[in-house]
Amino acid sequence: MNETATASGYNFAYLDEQTKRMIRRAILKAIAIPGYQVPFASREMPMPYGWGTGGVQVTAAVLGPDDTLKVIDQGSDDTTNAVSIRKFFERTAGVKTTTKTTDASVIQTRHRVPEEKLRADQILVYQVPIPEPLRFLEPRETETRQLHALAEYGLMHVKLYEDIARHGRIATTYAYPVEVAGRYVMDPSPVPKFDNPKIGDCAALQLYGAGREKRIYAVPPHTKVKSLDFEDHPFRVQTFREPCALCAAEDVYLDEVVLDDRGGRMFVCSDTDYCEQRRTDGHRGKMLGKVPLGGEAA
Amino acid sequence: MSPLLCARGLSKSYGPRVACSGVSLDLHEGEVLAVVGESGSGKSTLLGLLATEIAPDAGQVNYRFRDGTARDLHTLSEAERRLLMRTDWGFIRQDAMQGLRMPVSAGGNVGERLMAVGHRHYGNIRETAEDWLSRVEIDPGRIDDTPKTFSGGMRQRLQIARNLVTHPRLVFMDEPTSGLDVSVQARLLDLIRGLVSELGLAVIIVTHDLAVARLLSHRIMVMKGGRAIEAGLTDQVLDDPREPYTQLLVSSVLAA
Ligand SMILES: [Zn+2]
Repeated sequence: MNETATASGYNFAYLDEQTKRMIRRAILKAIAIPGYQVPFASREMPMPYGWGTGGVQVTAAVLGPDDTLKVIDQGSDDTTNAVSIRKFFERTAGVKTTTKTTDASVIQTRHRVPEEKLRADQILVYQVPIPEPLRFLEPRETETRQLHALAEYGLMHVKLYEDIARHGRIATTYAYPVEVAGRYVMDPSPVPKFDNPKIGDCAALQLYGAGREKRIYAVPPHTKVKSLDFEDHPFRVQTFREPCALCAAEDVYLDEVVLDDRGGRMFVCSDTDYCEQRRTDGHRGKMLGKVPLGGEAA
Repeated sequence: MSPLLCARGLSKSYGPRVACSGVSLDLHEGEVLAVVGESGSGKSTLLGLLATEIAPDAGQVNYRFRDGTARDLHTLSEAERRLLMRTDWGFIRQDAMQGLRMPVSAGGNVGERLMAVGHRHYGNIRETAEDWLSRVEIDPGRIDDTPKTFSGGMRQRLQIARNLVTHPRLVFMDEPTSGLDVSVQARLLDLIRGLVSELGLAVIIVTHDLAVARLLSHRIMVMKGGRAIEAGLTDQVLDDPREPYTQLLVSSVLAA
């Protein structure tokens, strides 16, 4: 790889080569042991922890000069968080960036898995706030490590049991725990459980970085990922009553958008790139009617 | 039948302080052994050594598994040890906060061991939990309440249900009734006595209270300064103690 310093005077992708090698070793170990949390020496990044410094470090370690980067936050490419991370890599690595899932080779994400089916030549990097799925019931780090080592995951089901006891159903909708490759239980980061089925048997490599907690974990391509459940309360994804109001997509994750102060609202794709692509392809939701948007050919 | 648990020469020191010195004992299936002594006598250390929560400096503890094989517990792997603790054994703590998961509902507390050994049917787990709550005299209507809302006596009974749900053969109890009102204590002791005989449990109970020992145990062991100074049938030892120290213990109870 040609590691030239960029205009800003930083090493390629900000981190020095030794740090990147250290992170890559952690990533390789994570790939070798799917779902296992590998400790790594997380570095200070020029942004606050809540901004996904774990994901940024993983992205920095896997990025090459020929890559095209996409950054999404809650499905959108234009939130402050997404824009600032994209700008950060434009400045420090000089890589091309895109908002199109299909054009990206590396996608850093917070809170969503893109709707578009990912390919083998893509890497999905998740920003993770809390990597430990057992933390809820077992705050002691020494004990959770032991539970993982011995595959003692009864506690995970206690959490789901409590959910059903309180709400009549498994009410966990985000960060829904999964078993990876029949061994380690993993927190898929705060993506909606709607996205859990996309994590399993995915063609792309999926990497998870937690900066504050100094952990990296991975789901290698085409790995079996099972969402935990009970026999009489099987795992189910969220369903939506109506299709997307803009592109008429079904079987996608929708966000509620308030239209006015009189209670008007609509449900639209959370994945804005996917929605735009569908509209470009001529799909029209009920809010758009038959009128083409912005003069696009229908 | 060979003993269920067989300890030989158990010793443990903390620096210069000898907590337990050369203690041996046998425990048979269905038998209740009380270990009595004042605080600092080494009885809690002995319980920790027997339950493999403390590693001994010397000695061994052999346990006869369900398949009939006896093994030295301190040579078990961590995975084997933990499996034993959540299936074949129970441990009732003096402090319910250590023996329960306080933020988890009563049903979740009882169901945890079932889920730990692979039960994956919510309805069945709940039904079993309800059954066990009744057996320890907790209103099954409280199944979704957390032990934070329970009285001291209820918390101890919940601990018992949580431990017995996997039908263990051996239960360790560490001062299970201390800190409770006398009437609450009496009710709890009755409950324990009933369950122990009904389920044929082997129990090692540590207590400073000779009345508890008399009510629950078949045999008794008196500890002083880390040593077992006297052991025998409970009634015999309490009615006719040989050692001057035991005589002192017994008389102080009578005086109280
Ligand atoms: Zn849409």
